Amino acid sequence: MNTAAIDVRGLRKSYGAKTVLDGVDLTVGAGTVTALLGPNGAGKTTTVHILSTLVRPDSGTARVAGFDVVRDPAGVRAAIGLTGQFSAVDGLLTGEENLLLMARLRHLGSTQSTARVAELLEQFDLTDAARKPLATYSGGMRRRLDLAMTLVARPSVIFLDEPTTGLDPRSRLTMWNIVRDLVGQGTTALLTTQYLDEADELADRIAVLDGGRIVASGTPDELKRLVPGGHIRLRFTDAAALRAASRLLDGSARDDAALVLSVPSDGGIGTLRQVLDRLDADGLTVDDLSIHTPDLDDVFFALTEKAETKGIRS
Amino acid sequence: MTTLDSHLPPAAPRPGARIAAPRSHVIADAITMLRRNLLHMVRYPGLSVFTILGPVVILLLFVFVFGGTLGAGLPGVEAGGGRAAYLAYVLPGILAMTIAGTAGGTATTVSMDMTEGITARFRTMAISRAAVLAGHVLGNTIQGIIAVALVLGVGLLIGFRPSAGPLEWLGTAGMIALIAYAISWLGVALGIQAKSVETASNLPLVLTMLPLLGSGFVPTGSMPQWLQWFAQYQPFTPFIETIRGLLLRTDAGWNPLLALAWFVVIAGGGYVWSMALYERKSVR
Repeated sequence: MNTAAIDVRGLRKSYGAKTVLDGVDLTVGAGTVTALLGPNGAGKTTTVHILSTLVRPDSGTARVAGFDVVRDPAGVRAAIGLTGQFSAVDGLLTGEENLLLMARLRHLGSTQSTARVAELLEQFDLTDAARKPLATYSGGMRRRLDLAMTLVARPSVIFLDEPTTGLDPRSRLTMWNIVRDLVGQGTTALLTTQYLDEADELADRIAVLDGGRIVASGTPDELKRLVPGGHIRLRFTDAAALRAASRLLDGSARDDAALVLSVPSDGGIGTLRQVLDRLDADGLTVDDLSIHTPDLDDVFFALTEKAETKGIRS
Repeated sequence: MTTLDSHLPPAAPRPGARIAAPRSHVIADAITMLRRNLLHMVRYPGLSVFTILGPVVILLLFVFVFGGTLGAGLPGVEAGGGRAAYLAYVLPGILAMTIAGTAGGTATTVSMDMTEGITARFRTMAISRAAVLAGHVLGNTIQGIIAVALVLGVGLLIGFRPSAGPLEWLGTAGMIALIAYAISWLGVALGIQAKSVETASNLPLVLTMLPLLGSGFVPTGSMPQWLQWFAQYQPFTPFIETIRGLLLRTDAGWNPLLALAWFVVIAGGGYVWSMALYERKSVR
């Protein structure tokens, strides 16, 4: 049994002479979150638009919830929800009316519609503003309503195209919690973002899209390991211990003022044990220890730069 | 999965291929969309008020300022009866202008939907595009009919006395509904075509000028030869002549047939144009 909720093979799309997607392969397992990470113009939104049946691919196949986006768009549409980059709410209606509109278009029936709308208003903390016109809503409220509208029919796959762009930190956290809850209930999510911390927080897997191609994919930790630059940071109580340790450990860098020693490491347990064993053998006490793995920023820059030079050569 | 695929007929991904939605849902969805448009109208009557105010001002201007002189020039009008005769003559033209004016409102609301991204949302849901557009068209047809009724009411208040019987009134109502419907499809197409809401609200202004270049305000016989040809056959002249014939019981000749032909051309053209544009333009 194939448990991929989204399965993309060799997706290509160009507008005129400009190639936007140049053979994208992507698999998202059911009930997981994948973040599509990439700079502006990488093709993130085009990918989401193809997967949500708004745009036809030039070639390649894409299946969402088991339906082919080209052959069976109606099947795809019944299974998905999209919260796009631009707010897709009806600004002339109230929040409640917007949700009821969606419920009617999903043919939920009046009793079920009313119940579902009340439930969503509650869940998204919009009950108080339900009957107010959207003109009075803040950016965060509009975004929450937008997502709530996407969820009216409980889609099994949701696409979130830069869901927190332009939101304040609190609204951003609220949004993250909502996404986590949804995935906890078994929803599959494909999230595009420019924010590395967002991908790190939410995603089970990250696919880095650059120049219309997936240049790397894996769990956040796997991606971080691709990039060198991790180290173990050791702090000592006195300068003598620091000097002794620095002689002991090859390739370490000493910071005399802070009494800190940086030892290169791949972030693995083996290296750490080795370092500690060596210090123990010489009776040196470590005051404080921390492990620094490269963060996604390092990964992102390293990967997208690599792709850029590759692009120039070809 | 792959083995299943080989049993399926070969994919025919031609551009703009129809997406089958259950027929019962098309009608239910069109009604839902219509309700949405009517709700907009009730919440924000500003747009509707303007479509009525403009024609009323022009009506009053033409009857009370120009009416005495213009009416005296109409064929078969006695001296002194000019203003009343002109009111009777110009009112059908004003009604046509009212309907033409609603296209601006239609185009504006459609364009707002397109730029706000809600149309893209509708497209990712299993709703037929015909239902989405029909909601706009029906909403605006209703709005057009209400606007015409109000302008006609003003006409009656200032002394318009049509000689129409119940059948003629029915015919008038029917003809107005048809024109409003056709113009709405055109307005929808213009709204989708426009790159911005501003363009969308201005594009249909050309339409409101058309009754002036036809038999709306003066008989086409009084125009220079080269203009007469255009004035007689452009869509609004047959509409105006048909309504005039019905309300005043004058002989409209073959104008009703020509009006129906134009109705088919405009409504059909607007429909085909809108449907073709909808898929392409709703992704921003």
